Amino acid sequence: MAGKIFALVVLLITLATAYCVIAHVWWMPVDISVHGPKIDHQIEETVLVAGLLFIAGQLVLAAFAFLYGHGGNRIKQIPGGAKPLIIFAFVLVGTEVVALSSIGAKAWGAVYFEAPDPASLKIDVQAGQFAYYFRYPGPDGKFGALHPDLINEGNQNYFGIDADHDADAKDDIVTAELAIPVDKPILLSLHSKDVGHSFYVRELRVQQDFVPGLNIPIHFTATHTGRFEIVCTQLCGLGHYNMKAYLSVLSQSDFEDWLKKQAAAQ
Amino acid sequence: MKMQFRIMALTLCVLALAVVFLRFTPAGAAATGQIVGTVKLDGQAPHQKPIDMSKDPACAQVRNGSIASQESVVVGANGGLANTVVYISQGLTGNEAAIQSQAASIDQKGCQYIPHVVAMNVGQHLTVLNSDKTAHNIHPQPNPTGGNAQWNKSQLAGSGPIDVSWANEEIAIPVKCNIHPWMRAYIAVIKGPFGMSNDTGSFKLDNVPPGTYTLTAWQETYGTQTQKVTVGTGKPSTTDFTFKAK
Repeated sequence: MAGKIFALVVLLITLATAYCVIAHVWWMPVDISVHGPKIDHQIEETVLVAGLLFIAGQLVLAAFAFLYGHGGNRIKQIPGGAKPLIIFAFVLVGTEVVALSSIGAKAWGAVYFEAPDPASLKIDVQAGQFAYYFRYPGPDGKFGALHPDLINEGNQNYFGIDADHDADAKDDIVTAELAIPVDKPILLSLHSKDVGHSFYVRELRVQQDFVPGLNIPIHFTATHTGRFEIVCTQLCGLGHYNMKAYLSVLSQSDFEDWLKKQAAAQ
Repeated sequence: MKMQFRIMALTLCVLALAVVFLRFTPAGAAATGQIVGTVKLDGQAPHQKPIDMSKDPACAQVRNGSIASQESVVVGANGGLANTVVYISQGLTGNEAAIQSQAASIDQKGCQYIPHVVAMNVGQHLTVLNSDKTAHNIHPQPNPTGGNAQWNKSQLAGSGPIDVSWANEEIAIPVKCNIHPWMRAYIAVIKGPFGMSNDTGSFKLDNVPPGTYTLTAWQETYGTQTQKVTVGTGKPSTTDFTFKAK
């Protein structure tokens, strides 16, 4: 009797789980990036293949528990022997993993192994406990040098820019919000002021860790306007839970207005 | 007749006690003087940049959309330089008025420290409040060799006040918030009388025993200036300070 109840419970959990995934009860947020569809497609294929094997496995488990579980007939020996069964399992799962990896490599390559567009808008991103700050190069297109000893947050010099002495730094624009024009290639350069952080915008399908000491480039193109959250997804201290900034995807003209306003407030 | 003698004796005793009491009063009740003056900025104050608090929407909630600016140089009408702490750096004998019994206070409101500069006595209590709908983590950073310990303390939204005091003189301890990088305050911990300039630049030191002193004015961006001042018990002594903008 216990075997039959167990089988029923397994069956119910399997069906409920499968329903939640198939009906997209909790599914991915809207995709707003050019490379997003490739990543979403990879996720869906993985879920499909693994899901089918999951359902098959659970059904076989339920069947065996029903037929041969406590209170039913006993199996005296695994039909065909244990060795062929184990080899079969290895081959099945192994093939699935290799297949998913090869197909997934294409999605990975499309995001990480493609060079950024040379005409990308370059933005410098600094993560520090517990806020993000962004720097635009200004009309000269060049970023001024960073001097960590000049960082003075009380005076809002978050990057340690020497605007008085560095010609390139004079027109740098520092903001607390990341605004970008829609449908234009963006190249971010990520660096950390202190410990490890991460840059994650789920709608952009972009997630990249900040590694102290490195300048890590990531690039993307946003396809929809709107306001999205950038959240830190690498535990960085007691304020990590609250560490975020906002990504504002604007039309080209709105973006230019915004940048002008920010430059005036420097 | 006996009754009248008793009344007269009682009255004389009371009068004698009163004389004794009044002659041997503690030093603090002796006549003291005042120092008044103005702190001015000569030149153009550096631009006080507005602060973008968008990373924590709860800050904007309390502020109702008003924009805060940094407060490293606050200049009022007629060039008055505010938030300048004026205190006696030399000449104190230790008989000055006791520590102020009322606690000083600093509030975290609209994701800013209010006031921006707190002046208080060594040993005086400081109450730290959080009036915001978001968590703060106040982090004073005293000089490592000055004797005051460095600490930081979280206050969730709606949590109660923190009570602290400082054992050593330090002008001034920078304070930051570990969660909101733009927040900045200074706590000047002083032995003896002190004053702080308001937005017209005026300051006043009360309860200064008569004598000759060195008066120091401290401002967070422009540093310190000193002047000698002699205090009597009559009219307040006047000293003015002028800092030069870079």
